[in-house]
Amino acid sequence: MDIPYTVETRPDTGLANGKLGIWLFLASEVMLFGALFSTYVILRAGSVTWPRGELNVWLGMVNTFILIGSSVTMVMAWASLKLHDFGKHRWYLLATFVLAGIFLVNKYFEYADHFARGEGPWHSTFLAIYFTLTGLHGLHIVGGMVVMAYLLGPGAKLYKRNPDQFTNRVEYTGLYWHFVDLVWIFLFPILYLL
Amino acid sequence: MEKVATHETAAHGHAMEHAHPELGFWRKYVFSTDHKVIGIQYTITALLFLLFGFTLMMIMRWQLAYPGAPIPIIGNMLGMANAPGGIMLPEFYNQLGAMHGTIMVFLGVVPLAVGGFGNFVMPLQIGAPDMAFPKLNMASYWVYAVGGMVMLVSFVLPGGAANSGWTSYAPLSITAIGNGQTMWLIGMIFLITSSLLGSVNFIVTIVQLRAKGLTWMRLPFFVWAQLVTAFLLLLAFPPLEAAGVLQLMDRLAGTSFFMPSGLVVGGQPLQISGQGNPLLWQHLFWFLAHPEVYVLILPAMGIVSEVIANNTRKPLWGYKALVYSVIFLGFMSFIVWAHHMFMTGMGTTISAFFQTTTMIISIPSVVILTALLLSLWGASIRYTTPMLFALAFLPMFGIGGLTGLPLGLAPSDIHLHDTYYVIGHFHYVVAPGTIFALFAGIYYWFPKATGRMMNEMLGKIHFVGSFICINIIFMPMFIQGLGGMNRRMYDGGAQYAHNAQLLKWNVVIGMAAWTMALFQLPFIINFFMSIRGGKKVTNDNPWDATTLEWAAPSPPGHGNFVTEPVVYRGPYEYSVPGAARDFTPQFEAERA
Amino acid sequence: MHSDPASIKQGIRKYLMIGAALYVFTVITVAVNQVHLAVPLAITVALIVATIKGSMVATVFMHLSHEKRWIYGALILTVAFFIVLMCLPGFTVMDTIGRPSAWASAPPAHGAEAGH
Repeated sequence: MDIPYTVETRPDTGLANGKLGIWLFLASEVMLFGALFSTYVILRAGSVTWPRGELNVWLGMVNTFILIGSSVTMVMAWASLKLHDFGKHRWYLLATFVLAGIFLVNKYFEYADHFARGEGPWHSTFLAIYFTLTGLHGLHIVGGMVVMAYLLGPGAKLYKRNPDQFTNRVEYTGLYWHFVDLVWIFLFPILYLL
Repeated sequence: MEKVATHETAAHGHAMEHAHPELGFWRKYVFSTDHKVIGIQYTITALLFLLFGFTLMMIMRWQLAYPGAPIPIIGNMLGMANAPGGIMLPEFYNQLGAMHGTIMVFLGVVPLAVGGFGNFVMPLQIGAPDMAFPKLNMASYWVYAVGGMVMLVSFVLPGGAANSGWTSYAPLSITAIGNGQTMWLIGMIFLITSSLLGSVNFIVTIVQLRAKGLTWMRLPFFVWAQLVTAFLLLLAFPPLEAAGVLQLMDRLAGTSFFMPSGLVVGGQPLQISGQGNPLLWQHLFWFLAHPEVYVLILPAMGIVSEVIANNTRKPLWGYKALVYSVIFLGFMSFIVWAHHMFMTGMGTTISAFFQTTTMIISIPSVVILTALLLSLWGASIRYTTPMLFALAFLPMFGIGGLTGLPLGLAPSDIHLHDTYYVIGHFHYVVAPGTIFALFAGIYYWFPKATGRMMNEMLGKIHFVGSFICINIIFMPMFIQGLGGMNRRMYDGGAQYAHNAQLLKWNVVIGMAAWTMALFQLPFIINFFMSIRGGKKVTNDNPWDATTLEWAAPSPPGHGNFVTEPVVYRGPYEYSVPGAARDFTPQFEAERA
Repeated sequence: MHSDPASIKQGIRKYLMIGAALYVFTVITVAVNQVHLAVPLAITVALIVATIKGSMVATVFMHLSHEKRWIYGALILTVAFFIVLMCLPGFTVMDTIGRPSAWASAPPAHGAEAGH
């Protein structure tokens, strides 16, 4: 059946359903990562010593550049759709997907490096919270990539049937992706620099 | 369930002139995206879990009444690991205790109150054709069902189910052997995910899909309660999901989030990195679990409000006060949680903070209860079965709320923490409180869902028997708690001399519990019998109610309403002076 | 949200500029880290830079600068509870029985072992 305000906005709220939905979901994600940041604060405040220099700052910085870049390509993917340039949209979305993949590859190298020295999350509370925060963040990146793959693949058919609904879906994916970037913007200094 | 999807008369056939292909069995009844089907799925599943949780408690009550005596009937079926010779082992008692709490709260009450009633009633009450995200709704139910299965399966694994309390405090929960606790954590992650998906759906639906003319201050209080509840679930559950992941890592990956240094288990020092903080688990757990108790009560208050307005034939007293109170209550519920942690060594400053916020939060609760009580003044009360349960809710919630006060005050909590007084307090709010409200809701909305009334005689037997028994079960617990009897002891406190005079109550409570089980039979029989054999309703609005759900056919078809509903007035226009009838529905254009 | 091509193109310019700014701030935060400030100051600076970067992502990429009231309301509520979640558990660890309220003094040197 037709659910109202799936694509068009409701006059008094100015919102489409999906826009409100994705923001509410992001609100819950703020609380999810907030709990982990709170964990970091408590564990660090309660510790005798806190390690520094255990992580590769340069690799972290490169990954930060990669993720910021992917945020730019993501918003460009949406903007291209608003300009009705489907071809450009696909290139930007693919670029976002690829950058996300490179981020994960870098993280794999970082993890492998630690595990090779037998330093897993069990090794110290610092590594425990490091692996958990970056691991959960990484899972969110994977989730984002799955959605992007869908929008590049079978999901792209919606553009022909209902271009506005497809554009909205890309926008919502973009909001999620920017949030993932935002979390990293805080993760990087907290884990790598401080 | 069949009634909802297949009832096709000329009036209901294709609601809102929308054509849709006929669905197969699996898409119609099992993997349905229709909020009514999903609501019924939640309701049936949750009722089954409530029954199972109740059964666990009945077995516990045998051990408490007659410690060491073989359990009758099923004793030899429980297995050698749990009850050799039918005599319950302490480890098994702990499993029953932990799982009774978990199942009742997370698999029973909330899925029924929110997933069942919220899903079925709320879209109808706001005049929507369905939820904003029907597929997400279906996903929510199935994720819940899987989570529930994970919890149930844990009973039969080696080591049995989780046995560290429904609160799963570290380090006990982390050092617990077997897979039960791990399954608990995995199950919780499923349940929390289900809740999160559901709460997004609820909020978007209420904000975006209200019918024309249904302004915020014309919403039934039930919808307001569900809206605040959804916000609580949305923002309070994620920290517990994070904590669950952290505890899983402590159990499986050897991390020390919650494990302090120097821990010795079974004579052996643990080989872990240490420097973790057990209190961190408590904070993250209670950050959810306190708002969770408001998730338990708010939908119940919503249901009671609807039933009272309808059966007093007058508007609810203080609608605005109710709305502002429930919003304030929801907000405050996020900043009181450490009143569950007064005994953890917190200093006086921070304890005073939480004590103060806890006292403040009692104000909106009292306002809501008072408004409902005042609604009875000058009323023409119809003593129907739903109304009996709704009326009983008021003093029962009153007792539950008042007994919470000495627990919320830190000094008195020193004596009462972890005693049976606490168990009495929270059961009064949830059992004769919420569960009675849920019963009221089932009797009240059964005709909307099925087109048939439940039997009044059986309903009244169910009510009287349950009301008497439930008070005999929980009132003595205050006496036991004040006398110093601790919680979670498998012998009912017999090992402590100071409990000697209190032990007799365990027998009384046990008898009342098993009698209460008998009094649920009229309800179960009534429920199933009435689906096919109950008295058919003569019109879509058998209770002569004013809210939008009664504009839809009973039961509603796909798309809910035959014509698009429009709202002309507030939700409780009963006994309007000068009107021909004693009720003026929200959805009727002219005053009758 | 304006949908005409001109404003979209303006938006694109903004996205690219903000992207560049984000890169610059990333370099700044790594550079400051090389200076080895005292821990409280280092934390403060790092969080300020991160907040600036985050705000840019939120207001520009996520279009939060001109969103609707329901979104703002939900987010303000979330931020309030986020702050509660970050601060209150810390306060309970700082203020324990046997040690007077530590608001005025520095956080204790040892927490986990001594406090519990």
